[in-house]
Amino acid sequence: MNIHVAMAAVLCLALAPLATHARDIPSVPQAGKAAHSEREATTDHGTLEALKGPFKNGPEVTKACLSCHNTAGHQVMKSIHWTWEAKNPTIDKTLGKKLVANNFCGSILSNESRCTSCHAGYGWTDKNFDFSNQENVDCLACHDTTGTYRKFSTNAGHPLYEDIDSFEPMEGPPGAKSFKAPDLTNIAQHVGPSGRSNCGNCHFNGGGGDAVKHGDLDSSLKNPPKELDVHMAKDGANMVCSDCHTFNSHQPSGSRYAATAKDPHGLDLPRNDHNQATCESCHSSSPHQQARLNMHTGKLACQTCHIPAFARGGVATKTLWDWSTAGKRDANGKPLFIKDDHGHLKYSAAKGDFAYGENVRPEYKWYNGVVHQLTFTDRIDDTKVLELNRVEGSAQDPNARIWPFKVMLGKQAYDTENKTLVVNHVYGDDDTSLWKNYDFSKSIQAGMDYAGLPYSGKFGFIETRMNWFITHMVAPKEKAVPCAECHMRGEQGRLAAITDLYLPGRDRNRWVDLFGTLAIVGAIGGSTVHGLIRILTRRRKENAQ
Amino acid sequence: MSAERIYIYKRYERFWHWSQALLIIAMMVTGFEVHGSYHLLGFGQAVHWHSLAAWTLLVIWAFTIFWQFTTGEWRQYLPSLQNIPAMIRFYAYGIFKGEHSPYHKTAAQKHNPLQRLTYLALLAVISPLIWGSGLLYLFYAEWGNFGLDKYLSLEWVAVTHTLGAFLITAFFFVHVYLTTTGHTVFAHIKAMITGWEEIEENSKH
Repeated sequence: MNIHVAMAAVLCLALAPLATHARDIPSVPQAGKAAHSEREATTDHGTLEALKGPFKNGPEVTKACLSCHNTAGHQVMKSIHWTWEAKNPTIDKTLGKKLVANNFCGSILSNESRCTSCHAGYGWTDKNFDFSNQENVDCLACHDTTGTYRKFSTNAGHPLYEDIDSFEPMEGPPGAKSFKAPDLTNIAQHVGPSGRSNCGNCHFNGGGGDAVKHGDLDSSLKNPPKELDVHMAKDGANMVCSDCHTFNSHQPSGSRYAATAKDPHGLDLPRNDHNQATCESCHSSSPHQQARLNMHTGKLACQTCHIPAFARGGVATKTLWDWSTAGKRDANGKPLFIKDDHGHLKYSAAKGDFAYGENVRPEYKWYNGVVHQLTFTDRIDDTKVLELNRVEGSAQDPNARIWPFKVMLGKQAYDTENKTLVVNHVYGDDDTSLWKNYDFSKSIQAGMDYAGLPYSGKFGFIETRMNWFITHMVAPKEKAVPCAECHMRGEQGRLAAITDLYLPGRDRNRWVDLFGTLAIVGAIGGSTVHGLIRILTRRRKENAQ
Repeated sequence: MSAERIYIYKRYERFWHWSQALLIIAMMVTGFEVHGSYHLLGFGQAVHWHSLAAWTLLVIWAFTIFWQFTTGEWRQYLPSLQNIPAMIRFYAYGIFKGEHSPYHKTAAQKHNPLQRLTYLALLAVISPLIWGSGLLYLFYAEWGNFGLDKYLSLEWVAVTHTLGAFLITAFFFVHVYLTTTGHTVFAHIKAMITGWEEIEENSKH
């Protein structure tokens, strides 16, 4: 592959520095044996007096943890895992789960007990939750190493403390299941560094279920084959989430509100900020042996080539959620639920219509890390499809690169008079919640009242889009997107939607092509005619003789 | 009809010609695939072989330039406007009448005046167009380091390269056709293979 580089040196010394410059290539970082989760601990928590128990509930465990780790609670309380709030420095707006609108369940407001089952704390049942009480921090969700700790879906972050024989989710579909309460004492005695499942219990279930939201995060990543994820596979690098999403004083690295779309620092050294949530942190900005591939890193995110499709692990991700059809009932007047051939719910009276996808080819967009995420106070334009989190960037933007996205299609309620999105009270054992009463006018009114936001009382449904950049499920390098899937003509090209740059193999100048074709046709045609006349005249001469 | 043989193309010259021919054909085939005209090797492979052929030809050219100067053969490319009308008249008319080329080939003057002009145009116009744009294209990643990105756009470099490619391809077809205009259809090609050109006695004026 590098023969041409050597030849350049032979040919012309002046060119040599150019050609060799790109060869400063680090090898692929080796992980595996030294993976974070397998490091030997210096404390056996099973022998500690403070963890003898027995523990009746989560906060009791937390109190015991804090008796030694006496700054951990305050660290966690500053993190987004606790506050669900994030300042977006680029658009100067406070975002976070607490405030933003999405096109899944919409908002956590008025639905807390259900949504906060993924809060790193206990007891966030309503907006009066005490964010300053460190005993409400949930240590076990992230530090359980037994794999048995589960926060229960409707208990505001608490696990079950007693077994339940029969539980039927409010939102359906009908069918009861039994659930066991985890053994808190045993779990407390087996705490350690976070593994894939700790993070996955929440992040794989974003949007309310396995694979629903992200497309590149689902339960298949708990123990993925190498084909699916080279980093997290046991026979790959066997890494855990926090090997890249490095934590500093319980603050995770990596963000969707202020993403690093292009990491100019490249390789991270120990003296740096210990933020390794970019590919470049370990792989540098010129990771390929072929200089030609390194030429792409200025304009393309690594993910664009190295994640050829998302939802590759056998779990389908939701690609469409249309709330406008919710509320249908069957012939008996019971809420309607319909499953497709794969057993996926394609219609739910509580939620509307769904579509799913597996092995989905991402959409590609310029992205410079700035995302214009809407909240419930933003005025919207309801004359066209609404992008809930428009991402910024263009070919001219030096900070932007082309990134892969899962674009979630949605149709959701909005205030047709005030032109705002609305908080929808979906969950609650009361007479206004949508999942109990199937009445949008009640549930939206209740949600907006709860949130303290102005509401005209008139609602409609607007088509929405949401961009979820794809960054997990990195495939082995042999499975990277082949050159020709972008460098090709026509609508099938992966980058067909990116029109503001010249893409070799796809783009051309029509006039030059026309002139060139005429020149070639003229050359061949002229030669042919000339040759034919020669043959004819020679024959005539021979006949004459 | 007796024939006189003159040694016209030296060994290096013939090696240069044929290796260059092979490489240019390879670059035409791969280049138009990179352009998106058809699918043959796949884009990645086409780019790879195209670049490899380009570097190889550059090395051959380095030797050839050296050879041209040490042997004095470069003078073969000095243009002369004399006898051009006669050459044009021959190709446009005389050749059909069975006339012989007004040009008398010798080892010291192996190109007729039209050829000299053509090769000079090739060297002075098409070559810089192709090599200039091609090298810039190859070193696209380095533009920023040399401050070139302010003045260049990939689109213009690529389009210029494409224009050069169309021109050399058109030249290629005419060139191949004109090899058939010797005293026999394959006389010129044979000469380029063996080095020896047969000159018909009666063609001498």
